[in-house]
Amino acid sequence: MKTPDFFRRETSGLILAFILLLLVPVLNFTGIMSDLSINLLGRYLCFAMVAIGIDLIWGYTGILSLCQALFFCLGGYCIGMHMLLKTGTQGTYGSALPDFMVWTGVTSLPWFWRPFSSFGAMLFFGLVIPALAAFIFGFFAFRSRIKGVYFSIISQALALAAWLIFLRNETRLGGTNGLTDFKTLLGFSLADPGTKRGLYYLTAIVLMLVYFACRFAIRSKFGKILVAIRDSETRVRFTGISVARYKIFIFSIAALLAGIGGMLYVPQTGIITPGRMDVRSSLEMVVWVAVGGRATLMGPIIGAIGISLLYSVLTGTLPGSWLYVLGGLFIVVVLFMPRGVTGAFEDARTALRKRFAGFRSDKGEAP
Amino acid sequence: MNERLLYVENLSVSFDGFKALDISYFGLNEKELRVVIGPNGAGKTTFMDVLCGKTKPDTGKAMLREKDLLQLDEKGIVDLGVGRKFQTPSVFGSLTVFENLLLARKADRGIFRSLFGTLSSSDRDKLVAISEIVGLKNELERSAGLLSHGQKQWLEIGMLLVMEPELMLIDEPAAGMTDEETHKTGELLKSLSKERSVIVIEHDMEFVRQLDSLVTVLCEGKLLTEGTMEKVQNDPAVIEQYLGRAREKKKEEKAINAKGGSLG
Repeated sequence: MKTPDFFRRETSGLILAFILLLLVPVLNFTGIMSDLSINLLGRYLCFAMVAIGIDLIWGYTGILSLCQALFFCLGGYCIGMHMLLKTGTQGTYGSALPDFMVWTGVTSLPWFWRPFSSFGAMLFFGLVIPALAAFIFGFFAFRSRIKGVYFSIISQALALAAWLIFLRNETRLGGTNGLTDFKTLLGFSLADPGTKRGLYYLTAIVLMLVYFACRFAIRSKFGKILVAIRDSETRVRFTGISVARYKIFIFSIAALLAGIGGMLYVPQTGIITPGRMDVRSSLEMVVWVAVGGRATLMGPIIGAIGISLLYSVLTGTLPGSWLYVLGGLFIVVVLFMPRGVTGAFEDARTALRKRFAGFRSDKGEAP
Repeated sequence: MNERLLYVENLSVSFDGFKALDISYFGLNEKELRVVIGPNGAGKTTFMDVLCGKTKPDTGKAMLREKDLLQLDEKGIVDLGVGRKFQTPSVFGSLTVFENLLLARKADRGIFRSLFGTLSSSDRDKLVAISEIVGLKNELERSAGLLSHGQKQWLEIGMLLVMEPELMLIDEPAAGMTDEETHKTGELLKSLSKERSVIVIEHDMEFVRQLDSLVTVLCEGKLLTEGTMEKVQNDPAVIEQYLGRAREKKKEEKAINAKGGSLG
């Protein structure tokens, strides 16, 4: 009798899977949802992966990192490099080199670009580079017991430094313009609506896998240890648990999730620029989680999709107002919904239930 | 005669020039229960802090058998078998009582085991049994943050039991407990010391008498005297330094009708 248990416990996850993997495709097939909307939703799902990672480190473990957009872009740049190399001589200049190299006067392919012509190698680097970057940064930060606001500030400095490096043409990653004008991925034309739909399905499946894997981790003793670290790091140390090891691990996992999100994002948008990893982007990602609800895995998904949707609507109707709206939203949530949208929803549900239960027992007691 | 478990030599700690601890010698045998008493600021808690790695001493030696505790970090000391219960109960408030106990388990402290390890029913029974010892069997699913002060103390002792340390450092176990609870705690500590060494810091003289063990008196960071409660009580230096002061304090406290068993 294990399955009904699973269904009861994972109701919200299964509803999400139903919407993303069944309802959306049906709506798309019947023409109610356009290919463009599907593509847009696919991108938001990539953001949701980053948000889940932020939730793991911030919502559960209490580490506020302000450089998650950097890890997202590391993944994104990896797949971007691969796709540019696969463009071959179809670029504007007809050169085997990516276009930006032609106009910045690079004559031969830089050494670090070479491995990215293979899809397998790209996939490997796309997963490993973000996780490794986080591991190295986390190793030094967490081993020296840097925590709280100090860690946040250092992570923000890292984000800024990386952004400045990626902006430079000398980095040979396209400078301010980033990487764009991709044609194919694994032989599929990116302009083809079928490929776009395929990418959406892939993203939705990966997101659901990530979601359920995180659910599993959070329910295990591992998840309890994360929460314990958030509650009282010092006390955890005296139970013989290596706090630094756990923090480094979960920080690397969050970066890995961000990297996966980035790798799925870039083929769907067709461009990756340093603008995606600036300080503001990382802050926005944190707001997704705060608004959606910390320490619930569904919260960050709702936050990431909801706010991104709001962004695309508002930039169309009220251009220039976006940052005010985002800031206002953040203030409203912090003041009135400290546990985010999901927390407020849960509170409302328990309140309703209590009322119902009270109503029922009143009836029962009546003669 | 049991073997020597812990010995401490020339241990000194100073905070901004103030010498908080200056112990020339302290020894503890296997399966010994020892009570450390002393007025406020005597360095009792600092002493425990040093032993469990929370505070690094300026000089000195603290050996658990052949292992030097001062070379290890907190985790290393716990791995060696030293468990600590803090003065103010610091349980994990957002976890349930059961999860708090689970966290203290030795078996799955590593990342892989904590992720994929499953709790066998005998392991679970063990945790439940411990929860029964500390009187929290009916609170297992309750959030630890919602427990009363006394219950939190019990939970911390329970977590210590789960850790199965060879040396338990217990800082004011009876603070905030009722007389009955205090008595129960005393009996528990006595039974615990049959299998391991226990150092207890306590202020409540009634409780110390109940424990019926050797008493070490600290004063101004120094070891004043050691002996049975009776001997210590009749030591003029102790009376001068500590008991007299405590008695006065007790009168005062009674006068203002203060709650809790801590004094001095």
